[in-house]
Amino acid sequence: MKQESLLSIINLRTRFHIYEGMVTAVDGINLDVYRGETLGVVGESGCGKSVTALSILRLLASPPAEIQGTILFENVNLLDLNLDEIRRIRGNAISMVFQEPMTSLNPVLTIGEQISEAIRLHQGVARQEAWSKAVEMLQMVQIPSPDMRVHEYPHQLSGGMRQRAMIAMALSCHPRLLLADEPTTALDVTIQAQIVDLMERLKEEFDTSIVLITHNLGLIAEMAKRVLVMYMGKVVEEASVEDLFQEPLHPYTQGLLESIPWIGKKLKTGRRQLQEIPGMVPSLLEMPEGCRFHPRCSRVMNICSKEEPPLVQKGGRRVLCWLWA
Amino acid sequence: MTETTQPQAWSIQRSADSQFKRNWAKLRRNKAALFGGILILIYVITALLAPVMFPGSPSAPNLSRSLERPSIANPLGTDELGRSILGRVIYGSRVSLLIAIGVVFVGLLVGVPLGLVSGYYGGKVDFGIQRVTDSLLAFPGILLALALVAVLGVGLKNTIISVGISMVPIYIRLVRGCALSVREQTYVEAARAVGTRDRTILLRHILPNVMVPITIQTSLGMGMGILSAAALGFLGLGVQPPTPEWGAMLGSGRAYLFHAPHVATFPGIAIFLAVLGFNLAGDGLRDVLDPRFRL
Repeated sequence: MKQESLLSIINLRTRFHIYEGMVTAVDGINLDVYRGETLGVVGESGCGKSVTALSILRLLASPPAEIQGTILFENVNLLDLNLDEIRRIRGNAISMVFQEPMTSLNPVLTIGEQISEAIRLHQGVARQEAWSKAVEMLQMVQIPSPDMRVHEYPHQLSGGMRQRAMIAMALSCHPRLLLADEPTTALDVTIQAQIVDLMERLKEEFDTSIVLITHNLGLIAEMAKRVLVMYMGKVVEEASVEDLFQEPLHPYTQGLLESIPWIGKKLKTGRRQLQEIPGMVPSLLEMPEGCRFHPRCSRVMNICSKEEPPLVQKGGRRVLCWLWA
Repeated sequence: MTETTQPQAWSIQRSADSQFKRNWAKLRRNKAALFGGILILIYVITALLAPVMFPGSPSAPNLSRSLERPSIANPLGTDELGRSILGRVIYGSRVSLLIAIGVVFVGLLVGVPLGLVSGYYGGKVDFGIQRVTDSLLAFPGILLALALVAVLGVGLKNTIISVGISMVPIYIRLVRGCALSVREQTYVEAARAVGTRDRTILLRHILPNVMVPITIQTSLGMGMGILSAAALGFLGLGVQPPTPEWGAMLGSGRAYLFHAPHVATFPGIAIFLAVLGFNLAGDGLRDVLDPRFRL
């Protein structure tokens, strides 16, 4: 079932020039997002998830960051667009929800001003109309008494409400693609569930594709259909949610899944202790030779430290590991 | 999960001016700031009502009454040309208020946009603006103003321009520093992510967030401006006689310091109180608006 691809990223490489040298945050990743689907991207902090999202909208400051590759959105390469053209895409065709609802709203502007700003920018409607659309959007994200809340400042809202407001802002122009960068990380669990429900519902309503970036595997299981697992700037595994959770192929994915606490569950080893992935993510400046995961891998082989593993296709899944080569 | 519970609407009604009220209450509790505010108020009222408070010309000489000591007819005495010092101090408040406003206006007009651009864009633009700022800051403010007067010439307008320009680097530095920290905030990134133009981001997202330090610096800058302009007047390079200007009055009174000290004393007190007022008010504003912010 090959659907139409909304966004396809081909060999994206994002590098930063820093004082100590050159850091490759995203190293040649490929991904496709189909219309109406939710793609999950998981990985540890610093694995390049957010940088990928920011690269898509070209929100990284250009001189320190160097973006190479192709990012096709509706068959247009976003990296070829000039600043005005990409600005018309931002918030309109592709929009973004950030991790921190506490800081992603401007403290000196009311919620209504911030939402209607985006609407006025892209839809060229009058102030009055944009304002009533903002109220409508707040209604849609289930903020109670929206006609009152629209006049309030961010500090007057709770964390969950701010994230709803952010989602309202992101969806106000009915984008085809929503980049959700850890949308629920800063919220507590009950609010997380509400936000997840809300995003699911709005996705259906507006027929928006979502790229869900998170380190929360539970959230991925709940929302995503396909999952990419990233490690140190590379996609190490790509699979459907069912496959990934039932039979993770990459040792890193296995490690990730084993490090989730399951209440009452006996682990394969018979121990009840939680497994962790030994070691730490190496610095991007000291990239290990061969497979990047080999110093921490539980099933490391000789070849792993010498040569980069190939990308193995295995029944509609992809995995970057010597084990399956 | 079906329809999730709606977050409770607590409907806490906050009136729009509650923030202002709270700040005002804090400001009133701050005795020093209140005193500063009262000084400024007296000063502004004096400037506005000068013709009512002192009918007659402050500049018309009356040589038969020169250098008289304070009396009922002339409460602060007269100067070397027999002009009432009270009248000249009252009218002088108009000149120095005009200077204070003009100087800060020039400083804001040039300094704020340059600071915003410098801080927001960074890179080469920032480098260029900052090197110019460095070289301007290398001079003590008054020396820079003196040099500019030497180029532009004396007079009220040139005093305002000179002292104003000497204050520009202070605003550039202040605004740039604040813009640097604000531009890294997620809400600026979020604004860019919805496609907002740089100009809109600067004016709607960054500028309002740096208004507090700008406001404080404006109050302090008015005091500084009065002082610098008075210094120029004292040296005879500022506002020219016969316009009543406190610095110039101080300068001309210097010659009679021993046998008619009142000539220099009263304009001196006027300068002192005006500057004190602006400084106390500025400090008070700082304490009220942003306790973390220290100049």
